[in-house]
Amino acid sequence: MTWLNAILQGILLGGFYALFACGLSLLFGVMGIINLAHGDFAVIAGYVAVVLVPSTHLPMVWGFLVVVPIFALGGYLLQRTLFQTALSRGDPLTILLVTFGLSIITENALLQAFTANGQSINIGGIIADSINPNNVISISDVSLAVLIVAVVLLAGLQLMLSRTSMGRQIRAVADDREAAELVGIDHRHVFGIAAAIALATVALAGLASGMISEFAPTTGTSNLLFAFEAVVIGGIGSLWGTLVGGIVLGIAQQIGAQINPAYQILAGHVVFLAVLAFRSRGLFAVREAA
Amino acid sequence: MSAPSGLLPLDALDSRGSYRVRRSARPSGWLIPVALGVVVLLAFMPGIVSSGDTSLLINVFVLLTISTMWNLLAGYAGMVSIGQQAFIGLGAYAVVVGSINGMEPFTVIPIAAVVSALIAIPISLLVFRTKGGYFAIATWVVASAAQLVISSITSIGGGTGHPIPGLSSLSPSQFANISYWSALAVVVIALAISYLVLRSRLGLVLAAVRDDEDGARAAGARVVLARHAVFLVAALGCGAAGAVLAVSQLQVQPASAFSVQWSAEIIFVTLIGGMGTMEGPIIGTIIYFALQQNLAQHGAWYLIIVGAVAVAVAIWFPRGLWGTLTKRLRFEFFPVGYVVAPDKRVATRLRVPESAPETAVAGDR
Amino acid sequence: MSRDHATLLDVEALTVHHGQLCALDEVSFSVGAGETFAIIGANGAGKSTLLRALAGLHPPTSGRIVLDGEDITAVPTTERLARGLALVPEGRRLFPSLSVEENLRVGTHRARKGPFDIQRVYELFPWMVERRRQRAARLSGGEQQAVAIGRALVANPRILLLDELSLGLAPVVVQRIYGLLPELLSSGVTILLVEQDVSQAMRAASRVLCLLEGRTTLSGLAGELDRASIEAAYFGLHAESPERGGVAR
Repeated sequence: MTWLNAILQGILLGGFYALFACGLSLLFGVMGIINLAHGDFAVIAGYVAVVLVPSTHLPMVWGFLVVVPIFALGGYLLQRTLFQTALSRGDPLTILLVTFGLSIITENALLQAFTANGQSINIGGIIADSINPNNVISISDVSLAVLIVAVVLLAGLQLMLSRTSMGRQIRAVADDREAAELVGIDHRHVFGIAAAIALATVALAGLASGMISEFAPTTGTSNLLFAFEAVVIGGIGSLWGTLVGGIVLGIAQQIGAQINPAYQILAGHVVFLAVLAFRSRGLFAVREAA
Repeated sequence: MSAPSGLLPLDALDSRGSYRVRRSARPSGWLIPVALGVVVLLAFMPGIVSSGDTSLLINVFVLLTISTMWNLLAGYAGMVSIGQQAFIGLGAYAVVVGSINGMEPFTVIPIAAVVSALIAIPISLLVFRTKGGYFAIATWVVASAAQLVISSITSIGGGTGHPIPGLSSLSPSQFANISYWSALAVVVIALAISYLVLRSRLGLVLAAVRDDEDGARAAGARVVLARHAVFLVAALGCGAAGAVLAVSQLQVQPASAFSVQWSAEIIFVTLIGGMGTMEGPIIGTIIYFALQQNLAQHGAWYLIIVGAVAVAVAIWFPRGLWGTLTKRLRFEFFPVGYVVAPDKRVATRLRVPESAPETAVAGDR
Repeated sequence: MSRDHATLLDVEALTVHHGQLCALDEVSFSVGAGETFAIIGANGAGKSTLLRALAGLHPPTSGRIVLDGEDITAVPTTERLARGLALVPEGRRLFPSLSVEENLRVGTHRARKGPFDIQRVYELFPWMVERRRQRAARLSGGEQQAVAIGRALVANPRILLLDELSLGLAPVVVQRIYGLLPELLSSGVTILLVEQDVSQAMRAASRVLCLLEGRTTLSGLAGELDRASIEAAYFGLHAESPERGGVAR
């Protein structure tokens, strides 16, 4: 029964990883951007919520309604200015260095503003609520909510990508930017939309992270590595893959932790490397790796 | 100067014109005297400057060593690793293991380098299944996994780290000097190896891989072997650097030896200076430490400036500072590239084939 | 040069560089509405560069591109499509992860009004109906070429630029695709095609222009050019040897 609990906890953790990895997967899959500042952006969302919500005396959900659109707009603007300029240089390393610089700037600006102390988003008593079918298994309500949000979000995005005109345009520019220009698609605008979606999901992930656990200016980097693992395990270009990748990683970590708490992260790495060794393009790869 | 025959796929270029292949810059005949002079000057530094300055210079040499290795990997072979800290950490821990078993720590440095390279063999077999962004992430995960494995071994200190025993026979100043000279030796060897590799046949194969992997494979270049070779060389250099660091600091902690911060510094230094040039990491390292020495008292603001410099250089100086400079001046201190240029003795205008808009064959980046 | 048609596309002294190298050197020609105009030349003559510059993918160093009286030299690619200039690029360049139908649907993104829509493309290529849900990457080369043409047609271009239609295709497939051109012409589409296969180009086109090393070496009505002068222009024999040209510079 403890093993079953480990698997269930792994699935819940995987939901969080998938939520976290969703934006990374989009940027990587559509623009080929390895966003090293992804984790730090999520941390910003946490701080925005921590600062904003108490000062407005609004319930937390209103905070979400504010933070997420701000991030979406910020994502569009960031893509149209800094990221687009970096992409237009034609060297993938340029954008890597830009996101790396942003990551350093963000972490240190947050340190300057909020110190290195851990923070969390206070959502009151709900955080302790859980479903307990027996005395071993305990499913936290908040973690379950995060998992549900992740599944709904990824399903919605997958549907958007496969059914809507904007979705087709996003896939077309991901396939071949120049050919997309030839059929009249302005790839810069489409990239901007993809970045807006990505940053909106980053905001959700940052808020989820702030509710489940503490965050500090430097927590972004460790979460970033797990998000990368989830994306790669699932395979670039497939959002379902990212969901499965997150859950596989979550289960691996929880089973590792069940064996020995020191093995939690290592077990995730081992599974990641095993996937690379046997399926180097991930479980659900749609496209050639960027 | 003409290239050795049979190395360049010249047939691929338009054969109607006449071409010469030559080094991409005027060879600097004074390279060896100047380089030797600088090394000799640096060797006498411990007698000239304070011990605080020599320990700073050790850090400079270590960062330059690992950046030069990363430059070889990413700048010439096109393999962007975010996991070189794996080999820094393994080199450092090789010193721990050697000195626990009674070896003299300084003599372990070359052994540590070889151990890192040996461990790099299975790692390369795994990470070479990926390329591009996947490769970068895979190397990062490998480094993180290496840290976790080392941290779980309690006999070498587990997560808290381990001191380096066995140095009590040396006086503090002797110890400081030998540490310094070790670091200097490692960085000089790293730069020399990098220079020799790039001037060798392997260097040409690497550049061919970077510029056009499929084409290089079709041209029969022993691509896979070349990539493995450079990965091992990079592991060797990073292992040596890690070992020097461990000895000079007299202790190793897994969290700092395997820190991804190393990759951050490497990437910053190399790209600021100019990736794919021998001089880039040297310039970048100097800039990095100059920023650090002048701004470190401002705490977080210093790193914010470092980040802003990274963004600005990436956007406005994509070749890095040295790369931008040489592009203007057509000069290289270490001439390691080749260019194909129309032979001016035959007055023929060069028409580029549509499939090959770039005429630079190697190293001209 | 006969002028049966009103000029639709006017190219004036177009010069394009790849880096420091001159890929097109003051090329001028004009295409009349409703005609089929072919550009021939050896590998590396600058044909694809010319079409890419016309589509806005490669900025020219100097010269003008005028579409139906409007200067479009500085107009971006997407806007050129909206004004009626569509390119079927070399190598098809379909979106491999999109289905056949999705490839056609993205083609309608900035479509003008006109006779072509997805239904009409399905009438031209009936096999596509059954395979519309298949991913484009799985089609054969000839099928991909057909989808690429269809993807450009649904935008209802006034002038269709076709780059190396026959490249890598079996002769029978090439015949079938060229067999389509009269039907497109009758719908009012003007065609500018680049072709390495000279006899194919001569059969399809009413007028021909030959490029050699980025310069025009010959142009005229397809029916009035003799084989010898075409060969001379194509390979740069006789008066137009590359050495002479270089010295003159």
